[in-house]
Amino acid sequence: MSGEVAVAKGGQYLSFTLGGEDYGVDILKVQEIKGWEEVRPLPDTPEYVKGVLDFRGTIVPIIDLRSRFNLKSIEYTPTTVTIVIAAEVNGSSHIIGMVVDSVSDVLDVSVKDIRNAPNLGAKINTRYILGMVNQDQRMVILLDTDKLLDPDELGVLDVIG
Amino acid sequence: MVIDMAQFHQVFFEESIEGLDVMESGLLNMDPGTVDPEEINAIFRAAHSIKGGSGTFGFSEIASFTHVMETLLDEMRDGRRAVTAQAVEALLRSVDVLREMLKSVSAGDEIDADEVRSQQNELEAILRNQAAVDPQQETTTAAVDDVTPSGWHIVFRPHSHMMRTGNDPLRIIRELAELGDTEVKGDASLVPRFAEFDPEECFLSWEITLHGEVDRSAVADVFDWVEDDCDLSVAPIYPEAATEAQPQAAPLAVQPVAAAPVPEQDERRKGDRRNDDRRAPVDRRQGDRRNGPAAGGSSSIRVDINKIDGLINMVGELVITQSMLSLLGEDFGMDRVERLQDGLAQLERHTRELQESVMQIRMLPISFTFSRFPRLVHDLSTKMGKKIELKMSGEHTEVDKTVIEKIGDPLVHLVRNSLDHGIEMPEVRKAAGKPETGTVHLNAAHRGGNIIIEIRDDGKGLDRDRIASKAVERGLIPEDHNLSDQQIYELIFQPGFSTADQVSDVSGRGVGMDVVRRNINELGGNIEIESELGEGSAIIIRLPLTLAILDGQTISVGDETYIVPLVSIIESIQPKREMINLVAGRGETFKLRNEYLPIVRLHEIFGIDSVNASELVDGLLVVVEGDGKRCGLFVDDLIGQQQVVIKSLEANYRRVDGISGATILGDGSVALILDIPGIIRLASEKKPLESLRKSA
Repeated sequence: MSGEVAVAKGGQYLSFTLGGEDYGVDILKVQEIKGWEEVRPLPDTPEYVKGVLDFRGTIVPIIDLRSRFNLKSIEYTPTTVTIVIAAEVNGSSHIIGMVVDSVSDVLDVSVKDIRNAPNLGAKINTRYILGMVNQDQRMVILLDTDKLLDPDELGVLDVIG
Repeated sequence: MVIDMAQFHQVFFEESIEGLDVMESGLLNMDPGTVDPEEINAIFRAAHSIKGGSGTFGFSEIASFTHVMETLLDEMRDGRRAVTAQAVEALLRSVDVLREMLKSVSAGDEIDADEVRSQQNELEAILRNQAAVDPQQETTTAAVDDVTPSGWHIVFRPHSHMMRTGNDPLRIIRELAELGDTEVKGDASLVPRFAEFDPEECFLSWEITLHGEVDRSAVADVFDWVEDDCDLSVAPIYPEAATEAQPQAAPLAVQPVAAAPVPEQDERRKGDRRNDDRRAPVDRRQGDRRNGPAAGGSSSIRVDINKIDGLINMVGELVITQSMLSLLGEDFGMDRVERLQDGLAQLERHTRELQESVMQIRMLPISFTFSRFPRLVHDLSTKMGKKIELKMSGEHTEVDKTVIEKIGDPLVHLVRNSLDHGIEMPEVRKAAGKPETGTVHLNAAHRGGNIIIEIRDDGKGLDRDRIASKAVERGLIPEDHNLSDQQIYELIFQPGFSTADQVSDVSGRGVGMDVVRRNINELGGNIEIESELGEGSAIIIRLPLTLAILDGQTISVGDETYIVPLVSIIESIQPKREMINLVAGRGETFKLRNEYLPIVRLHEIFGIDSVNASELVDGLLVVVEGDGKRCGLFVDDLIGQQQVVIKSLEANYRRVDGISGATILGDGSVALILDIPGIIRLASEKKPLESLRKSA
C-alpha cells in the first residue's frame, strides 16, 4: 500500500452487487444511477474501459467494474446499471461511470461499525478498499472511489488482483 | 479589518497592462513639437492610475518608477516642457520597462533592478535637462553622484497638512534610521500655544544627519510619498570638510547647465545598449506573453455588457418557452399538436440564438493583436533606416480569444520578416521606380467560416530561384526538381531554412517560419504565400472562426462513427485495384496523380473488428494531411458533413493517441474526433494498438 490511507467516514453509502459480493460507495460522490446503454468504445485503452458516454454535455469514460476486478464478464441484463461518480483526484473532480451488476440499497453506516480491511497479503490489493462493514449478516466492502477511478491509473495497462 | 489585497492583484495587473497599451498608442500618435492636450491627458491618466494602484498594493518599485514618468508627463501637459522626440522615445522605452516590471511582479519574479534604474536615470536626466522644474523635484532627482558620500544632511519640513494625506513623519524618520545611524534634531519652534493647537496638523520639522554610505535614491525613496507635501533638502556629506561640501553640492543640484553633460553621456550609453540588445526585450516580452497565462493561473475575459444583456434576455425567453411547453404538457390532447409544434420551433430558435451569443462571448476584435504593430513597425523601421507605412484594416473582425492569444507571436514574426526581407531600402526602391515609402498592409476579414489574416507588402517579393538553389544546396530537393512556385515557397517553412545572406538581429536565423506554421496548424488553420518578384508578397493565414466548433466529416468504420476535421481532408476517392501497390508485401500505398501515398487502415489502428469493407476497393480512401504528411485513410463510408461542438476527453479521462476529442451527435451518442497528425504518427510507428488491447 502506498500513499496516504483514506479514512472511511460514517454516513450514507450506496451499496451495489458485483459477482455476488456487496460493495458500497460514498453516496455523496454519486452523481447519477442510470441503466446500461451502449457506449462509444475508445481505442488504445485497457479492456475494462468500455468507452465514453455523454453525461449532460460532458464526455464521461465508463469502466466495467467486473473486468476491473478481474471477475468473469457476464451479459448485461436489465438490472445492469452505470453508477456515475465524481472522483476527487489531485484536487480536481473527474466524472466517471462504472458498470455494476445491480444497485441494492442505501446504507447508514456509522464510523464505529467500519472495520479496517484485513491485510490479505499479496494476493489481493486492498488499496482501493476503505473498510468493511457488516450489514444484516452480509459483508459490504466500502470502496475508495477516488483511488479506484483515478484516470491516471485507468490508463495503465496493468490489472489488479 | 484585514482585507486580502492579493485578491485584487489580478485586476490590477490587467488594468495596468491595458493602461500601458493606452500609453503606448498615445505616445505613438504624439507628434513631436505639437501637443494634443487630450492625448497627453489620456497618457497621464493611465500612468497615474498605475502609480496609484501599485502604491496601494505595495509594489513600491513600480510606483516610484511611474512617478518619474508622471512628472515628465505632467510638465508636458502643462506646457512647461516641449514634447521632443527624445522624450517620447524615452517614455516609450519606459512603458516597456514598466511592462516588464508588471510581468515580473505578477509572476512573482524579481524585478530587473538594473534595467529599471538605468531607465529611471534616463527619465530623470530628461527632467533635469530643462530649467523649468520646480525646486523640490530638483533636489530629489538630482544627479547620481559618482562618489558615494559618507552621509546625508537632510532638512525635512513637512507642510502642515501632511498628516492628513496619511503620511506619518515618524515612520519616515524610522525608515531613515534603517538606512544608517541617524542624528535627528527636532524643531518645535512652530508649535502654537495649546489653545490654537490642531492635533491633525504637523508643526514640527527636523534636521537629520544620516551617517553611512547610502545611495541618494535610497534616501529619495523614503520621501517618495511626501515630496509634494514637504520642504525637503538633501545634501551629501563628504568625509572631509563636511561643512564645505554642503554649499558645493547645492549649486550643482540647481544648476541644470552643469548637470547637462551627465545626462547626455547617459543618453548615449543608453543608446548603445539599446542597439545591442534591442532584440532582447522584444523577445523576452514574447516569451513572457506565452508563459503569462500559466503563471497567472486563471485567465479571465472582459465581455461587452451588451453581450451579457443579450444573453440574459435570451435566457429569459428560453425560460418562458419552457414554461409554456410544460403547461402544454400538463393537459395535452391531439388538438394541441399544432401549439406544441410552434412551441418546439420557438425552443429551437432560442436555443440556437443562445448558442450563438454564448460563442460571441469568446470573440474579441483582432485589434487586440493588431494594436502592437504600429509600435513594432515604428521601432524597426527607424532602426533599419527604411521608410515603412503600416496600414491596417478589418481590426474589428472578431475572433476567438484563444486565437487572439496564440496568433500574436506568429504575426509579429511575419511582420518582422516583411519589414526585414520584404521592404527594400529607400534608395533601392527609388531605383526600382517604386515610392520610397514601403507599405505593409495588415488585413483581417471573415470569409465563409474562416478568418483570413493577410500580411501584404510591396517589397521585393520571394525570389523563387534563390529559394530553390538554396534548397538544392541543402539537399532538401533534387537538382532536377520540377516544383511549382507554390511548392517552392512552401520550402521556407522548413526548419532552419533561410535565404538571408546575412543574419541580422531582426530575422534571418532561419528559426521561425516552421514555428509559425506549427502554431497556426495548432489553431486548426493553414498558411499560404503569394508572391510576385519585385512587386511584393502576401502571407495569408486562414483560421477557423472558433475553436469550440469544428467543421467535420462524419465517417463510419464498422459500427463506429468518427469525425475527421474538414480542414485536414484533401479529397476522398474510391480506390481502384490498379491504384494500389504493395511495398515489400506489407505496406500498402496508392498512386494519386503521380504521388504515392501510404494507406492507413483505420480499423487496424483502432482495433475495430466489425468492418464492412475489408477489401480496399469496397471502401473509401479519405486523403488527409497532417503536419505536412499525407496519407489515405481507409474507411467504410462517408456519412455527412456537419459542425460539431468539441468536447474534451481529458477533462474526465486522459489523452488517447489518435483522438483529439469527442462530440455528441444528434442522436445523443458520442463520436470521437480524429487527430490526423497523431494517426499518421501512429501508423508510421507501426504499433498496432490491437495487440495492446488484447493483452489487457
